[in-house]
Parts: sequence; C-alpha cells; structure tokens
Amino acid sequence: MSTETTNVHAEEAGHGEHDTMTKKRIWRVFYILLGITCIEFFIALYLVPHYNSGGNASHWANPIYIVLTLFKAFYIVGYFMHLKFEKLDMALAIIVPVLFIIGLILVLTNESHYWIDLRL
Amino acid sequence: MSTAVTQPMDEVKSTPWSGGRSPFNVEYGKLMMWFFLLSDAFTFSSLLISYGALRFSAPTWPAPSLVFQSFPGLIEHGAPLVFVGMMTFILIMSSVTMVLAVEAGHRNAKKEVVMWMLFTILGGLMFLGCQAAEWTHLHGEGFWWGHIPTAEVLKEFFQAHNNVLPSYAQQAMTSHQFANLFFTITGFHGFHVFSGVIINIIITVNVLAGTYQKRGSYLMVEKVGLYWHFVDLVWVFVFTFFYLV
Repeated sequence: MSTETTNVHAEEAGHGEHDTMTKKRIWRVFYILLGITCIEFFIALYLVPHYNSGGNASHWANPIYIVLTLFKAFYIVGYFMHLKFEKLDMALAIIVPVLFIIGLILVLTNESHYWIDLRL
Repeated sequence: MSTAVTQPMDEVKSTPWSGGRSPFNVEYGKLMMWFFLLSDAFTFSSLLISYGALRFSAPTWPAPSLVFQSFPGLIEHGAPLVFVGMMTFILIMSSVTMVLAVEAGHRNAKKEVVMWMLFTILGGLMFLGCQAAEWTHLHGEGFWWGHIPTAEVLKEFFQAHNNVLPSYAQQAMTSHQFANLFFTITGFHGFHVFSGVIINIIITVNVLAGTYQKRGSYLMVEKVGLYWHFVDLVWVFVFTFFYLV
C-alpha cells in the first residue's frame, strides 16, 4: 500500500510538466485569433455592403459571426486559459454548467418572437 | 479461520476521486478562480441574452455601422468598426502578453514576468482610454442611460427599408433600449477591465518585491491571468453582438 501511495504522488508531480504553452504555441494562437477577427471585418466591411441587395444580409452573416466567435472563445479558453491541458474532469466541471446558458438562449429567443407579435 | 486475509473490498483504491488529494490536480485558488469566472460568465450571458431578446423583439434597431462609424478625435464619419477593431486588437494583444508572463513564470524568470505584466497593464489602460473616448463620443451625440439624441441626429442611425425610415416612435423606443443596454454591458465589461488592471498592478508589485520568488512558484500570475483572459473572452462576445450583428 505504501508503494501505491508513492506512485500516486510521483504521478501527480509529473503531471502538467509535459503539455503546456510554449512561446511558439502562444503566437500561433494569437495569429489564429487575429485571422478570425480579420475575416469578421472582411464580412462586415466588404461582403455585407456589397451583397445586401435584399437588405437581409444579417440572415447569412449573423450565423457566420456567431460560429467565428465561438471559435475564438475555444482558442481563448482552451489555450490561453489552459483548459485544454487540464484534466478532463476539471474541464467538464467548467464546461457542463455553461451549457445551461443554451437553455436561457432558447427560452428568451422563443419569448422575443412572442413579444414582437405583441408590438407589431 | 484467519482474520488477516485481505478481501478485495478492503483494498484502498487510488482513483483521483478516492480522497487524499486534489482530483482535478489543480491548486485550490486556481480552481476557485475558475468557479468565480463561471459565475461571471452567467452574469455576462444573462446581460447579453437579455440584449438579444430585446433586440429580436424590436421592430427596428440603430444600425451598428452607422452608430459606430467614427474614430474619436480623428475621423467623424465613414470609418465603421475601425476604432473598435483597434480596441479588439489591443485587448487580444494584452492577452498574449499575459500568457507570455505566465510562461516566463514557469521558468522563474522574474525580469521577464515583470516586463510582460507591465505590457499587459499598458494594454488594459489603452483599452480603457479607448472606451472612455468612445463613451464620450456617444455621449456627445446624445446617447446616455435613459437619453437619446434629438430626432434630427437620431434618424442618421437608422437604415431605410424599401426607402422608408422607421417611424420616430419606433426609433425613439429602440434607441432607448440600445443606449441602456450598450452603456450597461460595455460599462460592466469596462469595470472588469479596470479591476483587472488594478489586480495586475498588485501582482506586478508582488513580483517585483520577490514574493513569488520566495514562494518558489508564480501561480498567482497564472490565476490573475485566468481573470484577464476571461475579460478578453467577454469582449469577443460584446464585439460580435454589439458591433457586428
């Protein structure tokens, strides 16, 4: 039993040393974030004004913005905040509660469609 | 019959959850920082989702490309997203210098930690300066909590549908909602940036005083780093939902 305890501690001390953020990785994530932001600007400043004949560019542009934003969130949380390198249990303890937010989004989007019918 | 026989049930398990050590393999303070940020994420999402619901249910809304088309102090019209793009760049950049400080901390390189922390503080202060300039500009146009510009100015911020502008009543109603939500949400975010700058200054003073060198670990830099990245993360969402959508 005593050897088992020692092994546990050795494993604990060794963990977290191998997989971490190197300078190279930090700058790579920075260029990804910068690139995604540039794509968003390109859509907002060039594509939307040029392909907005029907006035409903938001129908295709908004989903793209949201997906790109989620990508940026993944890179910030995963790499800058290091969550990708934490234990899976730890990552789940943070990520699973965040999924409740989806519930609020669904409820309030549904509700807002009802409100607009009241207002018009 | 011997009583010394070990039954399988008596064996001490050594899974991460069998006690005696941190199952997440994370220091207490860092885990608590994560849980605080989780609660903060709920606060910000409540604010942003309320904004989304009000905007969805509004018959019209001030167009971001018309409201945010100035570079305060330089360009008055026709430069949509340029200023906020710079603000976004400053904040992402300060996030990078923050990870670089954490990385230097892993190597116990005190001087480098101080240098990157100072860059991070500088980035935070620049962002706050930009936000102050933008708030001043919008306030100058007539926007504030519960206040909207005069009818003459207000109609400049709306796009016509089939060559018809929304009625003044509709413009006034949604502009009030826009003003209240914009100042509340960017104000709450700006307050987080401000707190972050103060905390970063405290940590930098501690680094200079050699507190973490004596402790043998720069874990505090990592914890304040988590907070700082979270502030950047929230800005990514504010940027999308106020300036792009």
